[in-house]
Amino acid sequence: MTRADRVLAEPGSPPPALPGRAGRSPARRPARGRVSLLRRAAPPVLVVLLLLAAWQWAVTALAVRPQVLPSPLRVVEQGWAFRDVLWANTLPTLQVTAVGFAVSLAVGWALAVVVDFSPWLRRALVPLLVASQTLPIIAIAPLMIIWFGFGLLPKVLVIALVTFFPIAVGLIEGFSRADPEASNLLRSMGGGRWAEFRYVRLPGALPSFFTALRIAITYAVTGAIFAEYVGARAGLGIYMAQQKNSFRTDLVLAAVGVTALVSVALFGLTYLVERVVAPWIRGARR
Amino acid sequence: MKITPLKITVEGLELAFGDLPVLDGVSFDVAPGEFVSILGPSGCGKSTLFGVLAGLVEPDRGRVLVDGAPAGRETFGYMPQKDLLFPWRTVLDNTTLGLEVAGMRRREARDRARDLFGPFGLAGFERSRPAELSGGMRQRAALLRTVVQDREVLLLDEPFGALDSLTRTAMQEWLEEVRGRFGWTVLLITHDIREAVFLSDRVLVLSPRPAHVAREVRIDLPRPREVGVLTDPAFAAAEAELLDTLRGGTRL
Repeated sequence: MTRADRVLAEPGSPPPALPGRAGRSPARRPARGRVSLLRRAAPPVLVVLLLLAAWQWAVTALAVRPQVLPSPLRVVEQGWAFRDVLWANTLPTLQVTAVGFAVSLAVGWALAVVVDFSPWLRRALVPLLVASQTLPIIAIAPLMIIWFGFGLLPKVLVIALVTFFPIAVGLIEGFSRADPEASNLLRSMGGGRWAEFRYVRLPGALPSFFTALRIAITYAVTGAIFAEYVGARAGLGIYMAQQKNSFRTDLVLAAVGVTALVSVALFGLTYLVERVVAPWIRGARR
Repeated sequence: MKITPLKITVEGLELAFGDLPVLDGVSFDVAPGEFVSILGPSGCGKSTLFGVLAGLVEPDRGRVLVDGAPAGRETFGYMPQKDLLFPWRTVLDNTTLGLEVAGMRRREARDRARDLFGPFGLAGFERSRPAELSGGMRQRAALLRTVVQDREVLLLDEPFGALDSLTRTAMQEWLEEVRGRFGWTVLLITHDIREAVFLSDRVLVLSPRPAHVAREVRIDLPRPREVGVLTDPAFAAAEAELLDTLRGGTRL
């Protein structure tokens, strides 16, 4: 309960520092970044805490059996008690996600570049890309196990299939968003199609690439879980499946919580990568 | 830093986009070190003419000669209407773009461009991002990017069109001053009669589309010119003559 108290205390503390007009005075400026972060973090934290409190109350008041719906406190408690097993299953999931996402990035970039250079291939491939997204993963994933076994490959394929599309589309659109006048400028300088790509289209596509990356990365972890759920030796997905079968709903939900944390962390990581690879984007978006 | 400029001859350029004739026998020439402005009603094909000169569009007929030999793409340094400074490059690296595209080593290109930052009023902004520059500075950076390529003729397509009028006047004075210093040969597209008279040795007036040179006005005002010249009777006379020509040629 102490942790919840501490977290609950936070949303209460900012108001004194909040008034925007006071923050505008030069003396207070250094505190501003922290204030705005708290200000942004407070609403979602508050909402989550309210929902958890309501859940806790409902489970206790209605005396729901934990096999059906455990209380959030029980989920945290049991998750902590089984932290070793959870961690041991998180690692393989992270590994699969990383490999799958790397494959997806490579495929997405290759397709987008090829399509950017060849109008013919654009016409040929783009409909296929779209069609690939209509494949019902829920039916394909078990088949992958039949075809490729319980190893890394079927999972990597599922992740790549789910995530390469936003990356490829984000890049293709990013490339073609280049200002035609910038292309003219490059040509007047004596540059060919490659120079145009290198100096204009490629850097110009980075903002939409990073947007696509954020969408794709959130699919990646879910894709990994799904692939594992169908069949794996270890991983959060298969762990959830096993715990469900032994009616440990609390541990299923604890694994769900870990999945969410991992996804959010990877999502945050994309901003870090963006900051390193293309620091100018932040300034340009403002 | 300018190599000896050569005489440019434009002969009977004709161009149609599908059924729409745009250029209808445009002919003129430009002497070394000369500043020539091109005035014309909106949509008359001025920018298309620059596209042909910059080697971006092939004309249907006619040719462009440098001292009698066919001009290549490397004859003209083209500065488009938009500054097109890239946000992912620093100001310095924006100005070296043309040199890099031409295959020059980055370090050498930077050294060459850096030398011009002083005369272009950009000293100290080498490592800034384009977004940190004012409108006038952005145009100067774009012009620097054009000039540093060391082409025979600068093609300036309404370089000051997007600036407020005070900045524009300051930029015109500045251009008059640096051009005199470096001896550039310039072809300028503009809508602004006063700008054309202030900066030019000669002003060509294009007809409405399809364009041909409807009139040529020589501006015999002493150089270097300063704002005082705006009140000179010869200045007013040239302005009036150009306005008349433009009005007569515009079918409303």
